[in-house]
Amino acid sequence: MKLAGTINTRTLPLLVTSVLFALLFGFGSVSYDNFFSVQVFLNLLIDNAFVTVVAIGMTFVILTGGIDLSVGSIVALTTMVTAALVEQHHWSIWAVVPLVLAMGALFGLLMGSLIHYFRMQPFIVTLGGMFLARGLCYVISIDSIAITDPTYAAVSEYRIAFGEEAFLSVSAIIALLTLALAIFLAQYTRFGRTVYAIGGNERSALLMGLPVGRTKMLVYTLSGFCSALGGVLVTFYMLSGYGLHALGLEMDAIAAAVIGGTLLTGGVGYVAGSLVGVMILGVIQSLIAFDGSLSSWWTRIAIGVLLCSFCLMQRLLEHGGTNLGFLFSYWKKPEEQADTAK
Amino acid sequence: MKATLLRLTRSHLFWPCVTLVLLCLVNVHFNPGFFDIEIKDGHLYGSVIDILNRAAPLMLIAMGMTLVIATRGIDISVGATVAIAGAVAASLIGGSLVIKEGVQTYVSNTPMPLAFAAALAVALLCGLWNGLLVAGAGMQPIVATLILMVAGRGVAQLITEGQIVTVYYEPFFFIGNGFIFGIPVSLYIVAAVLGILLLLTQRTALGLFIESVGINPVASRFSGISARALVFWVYAFCSVTAGIAALIITSNVKSADANNAGLLLELDAILAVALGGTSLSGGRFYLIGTLVGALIIQTLTYAIYSLGVPPEINMVVKAIVVFGVCIIQSPALRDLLLKHALRSGGPA
Repeated sequence: MKLAGTINTRTLPLLVTSVLFALLFGFGSVSYDNFFSVQVFLNLLIDNAFVTVVAIGMTFVILTGGIDLSVGSIVALTTMVTAALVEQHHWSIWAVVPLVLAMGALFGLLMGSLIHYFRMQPFIVTLGGMFLARGLCYVISIDSIAITDPTYAAVSEYRIAFGEEAFLSVSAIIALLTLALAIFLAQYTRFGRTVYAIGGNERSALLMGLPVGRTKMLVYTLSGFCSALGGVLVTFYMLSGYGLHALGLEMDAIAAAVIGGTLLTGGVGYVAGSLVGVMILGVIQSLIAFDGSLSSWWTRIAIGVLLCSFCLMQRLLEHGGTNLGFLFSYWKKPEEQADTAK
Repeated sequence: MKATLLRLTRSHLFWPCVTLVLLCLVNVHFNPGFFDIEIKDGHLYGSVIDILNRAAPLMLIAMGMTLVIATRGIDISVGATVAIAGAVAASLIGGSLVIKEGVQTYVSNTPMPLAFAAALAVALLCGLWNGLLVAGAGMQPIVATLILMVAGRGVAQLITEGQIVTVYYEPFFFIGNGFIFGIPVSLYIVAAVLGILLLLTQRTALGLFIESVGINPVASRFSGISARALVFWVYAFCSVTAGIAALIITSNVKSADANNAGLLLELDAILAVALGGTSLSGGRFYLIGTLVGALIIQTLTYAIYSLGVPPEINMVVKAIVVFGVCIIQSPALRDLLLKHALRSGGPA
């Protein structure tokens, strides 16, 4: 009885995603030697730490019904600024990291202000932000800048051991901490509830007296901050700054959020789901790497297919589960269509 | 005189054209021979011709994008469609060396018309897929086309097997590099597509239908327009324009690169549409404005090259242009200006 209550249309996508992850991991364990180990699982966290952090920020944006296409570029810009300051100006890591984080947040805040004050579409504003941040990378340098600072190398190589053979990197720990904070923020604070309310129906949220404008700007600020943090993790991971880092990351982050059960029209989803989404993308990459005979482009196709099936599933759930007639019911809910089209 | 001037400035083409002229003046300033056109090897040759030729793929895609945006949609998969169609065309034509009448020549693997048809058919298929997701399943356009954008490059690499496919077949280069009566072939293609579109949207009710669906989908459906079918075919058409553009691009660079063909082209196309005066929230659309928008982007690129700054800086300039255009288009700014004008007592 209670179980039937908990499996509703809101948690079902997350459930499907978790089962899918277990299946994919199980498939890998059966098919390939050495796949089934704690370390392979932890490596998913280590290799995708920056994607996780970026996807968390993206989830908040999507929950309000918006979208942020600039995340990948902000990651690249962060690596570039970090590398330039550390290598060419010999700044300390303790000065650079807070600075770039503030920069990312400010970038997000500016985009959020444009979206709120000028009532511009989030899509087009963040598209402009994407161009701007990528372009600024090249203003700093067109070539890749390697980071040779010993502190960075030490952080990059530091491993926290769990038992005999399992370990995590600093980046993975930071990603998990960010996730915990984000879950707290989304589920237990006034800000989180406002985010869900805006995504559910912006006009209602406004009429309820919620601070819609402020929250929307804060959401983009948060996404900018998360992207900058993701950028810092990339510098730990790659030990370089480059304008071509994280190309197409925005698509991975959106895909992770959608696969993790966040509804693209906003209002429904869980931040934790995005972690599962990222892990699924990671496990697909691992499977393809373990197989060895499949080419890397199958990853893109697999992500596309997953994205498509989850979007279709979302549409199916919106229309009450069993009714397949939604496929032929364009403009069926006029008021809803009119709302989402804005 | 004043009335004419006023009517001129009110025209939707006024600001795009002013921008284009200003950009041309910048170019003339740095390169006095900018407007020089000479006849070399029997065809026109010069910066302007070069810009027009290079802008052709963008103009084509931007025209398709205009219609999509007019229906309140967006198609961010055009770049991936270009990669797929280009890969199909290049791998079907390829070119193998044979000795014919004692001379070494390259022949195509598949007859060229067949390869063209296949590439366009694949592009159409991409469009039908997008249309099915948007009009059929009712997904948000940006999400529906995001799927193909993510998966499309993978599919293109599947076709090219991860390699850059080089084309050796001489007649194929004609579309991207050839000239008819001294004018680049690609411009004839643009003119033909534009002609067909203008005929369809201005001489038939189609243009009105598209605008009405963009302004109010529900009301249009109630007034008897089959909005679903219309949206479906608009996406199909947009992908076909991407397919044609892919043929020009592939022919121009004589190869198909699944990773980089048409990269970020969707953004340029959207920018061209916005520059041309079409509102990104649907409704009224201006095909000629879009063409001017595409020319602005290409002229801007040319100016940046001739200034000698790294071409990558182009993105910063484009970003500023995007922000500027959107702020000018935004109703909030107009309200603000109107209020200001009212307060100072003068007419808006």
